[in-house]
Parts: sequence; C-alpha cells; structure tokens
Amino acid sequence: MDFLFIAQQTLSATIGVNTIIFALAAIGLNMHFGYTGLLNFGQAGFLAIGAYSVAVPVISFGIPLWIAFLIGIFNSVIFALLLGVPTLKLRADYLAIVTIAAAEIVRQIARSATFNEWLGGSDGITGKFGKDFFALNPFKSGLDTPILRFNANDLWVVITGWSLVAAITFVMWIMVNSPWGRVMRAIREDEDAVRSLGKNVYLYKMQSLIIGGVIGSMGGFVYALSRQSVQPDNYGTALTFFAYTVLILGGAARVFSPVVGAMIFWFLIVFIEQVLRQGVTNNVIPHWLIGVNQVSQIRFMLMGLGLMALMIFRPQGIFGDKKELALDAKA
Amino acid sequence: MQKPKSIDASFALTTSPTPGSAKSDPILVADKIARQFGGLTAVNVDHLEVQRGSITALIGPNGAGKTTFFNLLTGYDTPNSGTWSFNGRALNGIPPHKVARLGMVRTFQLTKALYRLTVIENMALGARGQKGESVLRSVFPWMWRAQEAEIRERATAILTNFKLIEKQDDFAAALSGGQRKLLEMARALMVEPEMVMLDEPMAGVNPALKQSLLEHIKELRTEGKTVLFVEHDMDMVHEISDWVIVMAQGEIIAEGTPASVMGNQQVIEAYLGAHHNEDLSANQEGA
Repeated sequence: MDFLFIAQQTLSATIGVNTIIFALAAIGLNMHFGYTGLLNFGQAGFLAIGAYSVAVPVISFGIPLWIAFLIGIFNSVIFALLLGVPTLKLRADYLAIVTIAAAEIVRQIARSATFNEWLGGSDGITGKFGKDFFALNPFKSGLDTPILRFNANDLWVVITGWSLVAAITFVMWIMVNSPWGRVMRAIREDEDAVRSLGKNVYLYKMQSLIIGGVIGSMGGFVYALSRQSVQPDNYGTALTFFAYTVLILGGAARVFSPVVGAMIFWFLIVFIEQVLRQGVTNNVIPHWLIGVNQVSQIRFMLMGLGLMALMIFRPQGIFGDKKELALDAKA
Repeated sequence: MQKPKSIDASFALTTSPTPGSAKSDPILVADKIARQFGGLTAVNVDHLEVQRGSITALIGPNGAGKTTFFNLLTGYDTPNSGTWSFNGRALNGIPPHKVARLGMVRTFQLTKALYRLTVIENMALGARGQKGESVLRSVFPWMWRAQEAEIRERATAILTNFKLIEKQDDFAAALSGGQRKLLEMARALMVEPEMVMLDEPMAGVNPALKQSLLEHIKELRTEGKTVLFVEHDMDMVHEISDWVIVMAQGEIIAEGTPASVMGNQQVIEAYLGAHHNEDLSANQEGA
C-alpha cells in the first residue's frame, strides 16, 4: 500500500476545493440554523443559484465575470426574499418544507428542456466562463509535494477560496458577538419573547436568511469556477444534507465549526476511500468482502456510522458546548 | 419617557365599582373587544379602563379569557371586533413589537426566559434603540461599544435589585422557575415601559421569592408605572392591588377595590358556581 499517496490525497482534500465549497455552504447554514434557528433545507438551491449565476451570464450572454458575481449575489437575495416573505411569519417547520421544495424547483428548472438554450438542460453548462478569474492566477505551475498536490488552477481557487472563507468567518465572528447576533440567538430561543421586547423578529429572520443564503451562493461560485462547469444534479438535496453534516460535525452556533467540520468531513471521506481502494487493489482487503466498485458506497456507510458514534458520544459536535446542549434538552 | 401625572392610589375611593367604569386618568381603554374561536366566544369585553399609575389585578376562574384578553391587548392575537388604545393611541393592527416600543410590555404565563443566553444577555436584549442591533452597524463594534457598556451597567443595577446578580453569567436555563419569573420581569423593565402586563407572575414561585416579587411590583407603582396583572393567588391580589377586575366566560362581571370585589355575590358564584351552597343529593333526587 502506498501510504504517502494516501496522505497526499487526504491532506490535499482536507484543504481542497470541496472543503471550501462545503465550508461556505455550512457557514450560511450556521447563520440560519445555528444562530437564528431557521430550518433551511434548501441550501443547495442557494449554491445552484450562485453557480448558474456565474456561468450563464458569461457563457450565454457574454457578460463579464465580475458582473456575474454581482448578479449571483442579487439573485440569491431575491431567492431568500421569495422563500422568506410567505414563510417567516409562520412556524419554523413551514420554512423547512418550503425551502426543500424551492431548492428542488431551482434544480428542476435548471435541468428542464425549456431553458436548454441558456441553462444547458440536464447536461448543465461547461465552458471557460472562469477565464477572467484564472487570468489573474500568478502561479504558472501547480503544487506538487509529497504531502500536497494541486494543479495551477486548483491552487488559485484554493488560495482565493480560503481567503474568502477567512474574511467571511471574521465578519461572522464580529456579527454574532454583537447586539445584532444576540437578537438572532434570542430568536432561536423564543421569538415571542423577543417580540415582547420590541424587536421586529420578521425583519431579523429575513436578514439571517439573506446573509446565510448569499454566503451559500458564494459556495456555488467556487463550485462552478473550480470545475469550469455547472451540472444541475450536483445541487440536489444531498448537498444540503452534507452541509448540515458538516455543521453538526463541527458543532452548530460556533463560528469556526463549519470550517473545521468541512475539513473533517472531506478528510474522512477521502481517507476512507483511499485506504479502502489501496487495500482492495493490493489484496489487503479480500475481494469477497469489498469489491473495487463498492468502495465509494462503503465510504459513505462508514461515514454514517462515524456520525452516529459522534451523536452518541459527543452530541454537541467538535466545538459545541455540552452544557449548552444539555440546557436545550431541558428546555 | 413621559413623567407620570400623579400617583394617586386614592382613585379607588372615587371610582364607581361597576364593570366598565370610567377612571379619572386611564392609560389603557378598551371598547367592545370580542374574540371568537369557532363557535366559542373567548373574550367579549364591553368597556374597560385601566387607571394610570395603579396596580390593577385581572382575576377570574380558569378559562375566563384573561390570557386571551392579554394577548389581544398586546398584539399577539387579533380580535374579531373592537378597538383599544394605549396613552390615547389606537392599537388596532399594531404588531407586538410596536406595542412594546410604545411602552406596554408584557410577560408570559409560561415563562419565556431565553434559555441558551446568559442572564445578563437576556437583560441586555431588553434595552431599546440599540445601535448594535442594526445589521450594518453590528460589523463596526466601535459604533456600539459605548452604548453596550451603558446597557450592561443598567442591566447590572436591575439584576442587583432583583438579587440575580450572582447569576449574571449563567445560562437562563440554569435558573429555578421562580428566578426565571424574576428575570422575565427584570428584562421587561429594561425596555423602560410605562405599563407592565404580568401574566401570572406568581405561578410556581416559592413563598420567599413571592415576597420579593411583590415588593418589585410595588416598586413599579412607586416609579409611576402602571401594572396590570393576571393572578390566581388571592392573598397577593389583596395585598398589592389598588383595583380588581373580574372576568368570567370572557366578560367583565365586576370591578372594584379588592375588598369589595371579594364580597361580591356574582364573583363568588363565578368562582364556585351558582349552586355551591345547595345539597347535591337533593338535586339528584329531583332529576
């Protein structure tokens, strides 16, 4: 077995493009769910809107990429308003139902034949819509060391992506520790009490939905740019639930938990996959137990088992405060 | 904040003890308020005035519509008909947070302490006009830090008065039921209300804490605030209220001083039933 290769693959994934995408998706969810108590099950919809908003204007309409980013932010704000206006006055569960449906509607519209000309149907869009972005890449060659390996484009995405994650995390840290963040956490606990103290709860929930959604759509920017392609089926409900997994791994309502959660998530997925794959090909794991084609399913099974163990032995996540969670059970 | 005109508990002596009677200086006036749930009329109040600067108790048997009436007055529920005003300002269609901003702040029958916030955070949340609560300014801490310090100072003072100061850094969920009631009331004071609406402030509170809660409510009157509270504990009603309003089956059936109300035949009947002195077995034989 090639342990160095396993280490290289695993570490590269731990700080890689996918980790950035999932960290951004989960930072948005942390705003929604961790701090405000909004059950948004449609985060994939925000990512899809972000991804299509950078690809479609550039490829189908010849708009510069920089304007496409602004379009993406604008679209995700509109999407948040569409979700929030009818549901935020209702009980929390309605938002969950509406968001999960809305995200699917976004995906179905994207893959529908009607808009094939602009959105590319079920094949999505592939093309050099990120060329303005990669033109700024100062790295002529990629990174190839025994423990980390990125090609030139990925290296540029990783560096800009982590800068974005750091900036957003910093701003989030200030915001959630401000009086504004206090109102958000109070809404998570009991909206009616917050109303009785003269706060416009509806407005705050809308702000939370918009901010978390815009951050999620930035995850979509990274998703689309890093692959130079957008496929509608990448933005299914599984993406939302993986983002929740990331958030819960790290521990909800902690600023750094989405980042660390995403790193652990991708570390485990790639590590398990590489070990199994190497084990099977080198006959360390017998063929009657696991075949080569089963590896990618089995890694998710093991991942699921690990999550169950986490929920049993450390229900607050990696960073969560056990006392705080115990209080929740009492309340 | 508006300065109270006069703190005059003697209004009770000059006011007529009849349902819906006029007060010399009403802060809250309600007219023809009705709320139906399907076929059930939960609240049907013809006219009600609450005297400014008084402690007024709202009593009545279970299911009389007291809490529903509270919800209607504070914007948490909408009546099918009726009008009501606070400080002369009509409150129809005004959402709860605006009612609170106008100076009428309520507490809840089932205490709504914000569990996973600390006691001091619960308090600080109550302060009005916080610059740092705006989404844009929240990002620039230097814009709100000074104000936050002032708020914390005020919160600390109130917590000290309520003897919760040692608990200020604990999560609210770690408080006892009685302490949560105290916290909820203390938090309501952070809003600097003119009128405090307390929904069963004594429910589930042990006798020692009860006495301190009573003192705090009396203090509110001394500060010129108006208190309207729902309560089942008759000793408490007797001890602190200037005026008592009795509801039964959604209507106001009596009003008056605590002493006069408790001797009122209609009130006794509402609580105990009209036939409470009759022999049940005699009735059964008749049937």
